[in-house]
Amino acid sequence: MLHGYLDSLLEGARLTLGVALSALLLALLLGLLGAHAKLARAPWLRRIAAIYTTVIRGVPDLVLMLLIFYGGQLAINAAAPLLGFDGYIDIDPFAAGVATLGFIFGAYLTETFRGALLAIPGGQAEAAHAYGMSLWQVQRRIVWPQMLRLALPGLTNNWLVLVKSTALVSVIGLNDMMHKAGQAAGATREPFTFYVAVGVLYLLITSASVVLLRLLEKRFTLGFKALAL
Amino acid sequence: MNFDAVLASLPLYLGGLLTTAKLLLMSLGLGLAGALPLAVLRASSSPWLSGPVWCFTYLMRGTPMLVQLFILYYGLAQFEAVRDSAAWPLLSSAWFCAVLAFGLNTCAYTTEIIAGALRAGSLGELEAAQSLGLSRTAVWRRILLPSALRRALPAYGNEVIMMLHGTSLASIVTLADLTGAAREVNSRFYLPFEAFITAGLFYLALTLLLVALFRAAEQRWLRHLQPRH
Repeated sequence: MLHGYLDSLLEGARLTLGVALSALLLALLLGLLGAHAKLARAPWLRRIAAIYTTVIRGVPDLVLMLLIFYGGQLAINAAAPLLGFDGYIDIDPFAAGVATLGFIFGAYLTETFRGALLAIPGGQAEAAHAYGMSLWQVQRRIVWPQMLRLALPGLTNNWLVLVKSTALVSVIGLNDMMHKAGQAAGATREPFTFYVAVGVLYLLITSASVVLLRLLEKRFTLGFKALAL
Repeated sequence: MNFDAVLASLPLYLGGLLTTAKLLLMSLGLGLAGALPLAVLRASSSPWLSGPVWCFTYLMRGTPMLVQLFILYYGLAQFEAVRDSAAWPLLSSAWFCAVLAFGLNTCAYTTEIIAGALRAGSLGELEAAQSLGLSRTAVWRRILLPSALRRALPAYGNEVIMMLHGTSLASIVTLADLTGAAREVNSRFYLPFEAFITAGLFYLALTLLLVALFRAAEQRWLRHLQPRH
């Protein structure tokens, strides 16, 4: 039915997953930094974080992606001679895709993590300090594990949106599922077949994600009783 | 930064703004019109009614909107029956496909939002209405739906902003919306920063406008749920 293009599509799916997971890592890091910045005492940190989340969440992913891809290309080539490097540098679309998606979803995760951090009673970190834990230890042992549990439902949503946003990376020339489907559609003149196939693959990824994250949620909420309504 | 070229292309951006606004309003109208009856079915306790609607929303929410757009715009042309049908002039137009794809997509999300609000309705309201002798249709029309639509307002506001950002996909199928205008300016003058930042500012302004509108709407219709000062 797919005229032997299944392998090509699956290869594209691997790339899509690679982009999504790498972007998630970057977004987790930025989200963690952003959330702590939003709750920081220093006003300038709070301001930077507020600008970051407002601007990113107010502009479409596609516009940001094109800006970072084309703009980044220009900026890097303008900066390279200053660092003593001549010759034209092509931005790797994979890196551009991961950087953009990570940067965008970092803003969404900032809000998710901020909400989760606020829900942890302040006395817990205080108690940990009182036991003589260092700042780093308090975060690693007390704050972050609890934050993760509270952030998991929001994180699940953010991840699903991120997965679906990866379809855009084909626009900046990445060889992902959408791109592979486009090639196959052009060669066989069966665009419907291949775009539906991509839809099915995305559905498999999102469905599997939901199941896995539910399991993770169960694991993390062991020992917490749900409110019985 | 050289914004002269952008200023000279301002008519292009304004045309893009108009296209974006039209796309947004048309797809929201389509989505909302479909979502109202579907939400009533989705909230039904009978699996025969809610099941098919769940299938629809699951498919639409589990796949990227770009895939849905491509299936409609590129995919349908695969079938001769479609190409020969009376609807072909419509189905081969990027405008129609974009509005239909966006409309179906937002319809699925809006259905779940309204259905969730319906399920969160209070039993007391329903009982009071029934005890006053209101007919079934009157209960729906005058009690259940108005109360659910109010509760759905904050989530619907988010959905509208997501849709505003989603309309940027129209530029991928050749429509000259805000993103399309920016891409045009970028390819004409090779000014990626100026071109995409300008589009981003337009989107940001539209987003803030929508946020203000929905805040005002919540002030008006959710007054009874506002915290008292």
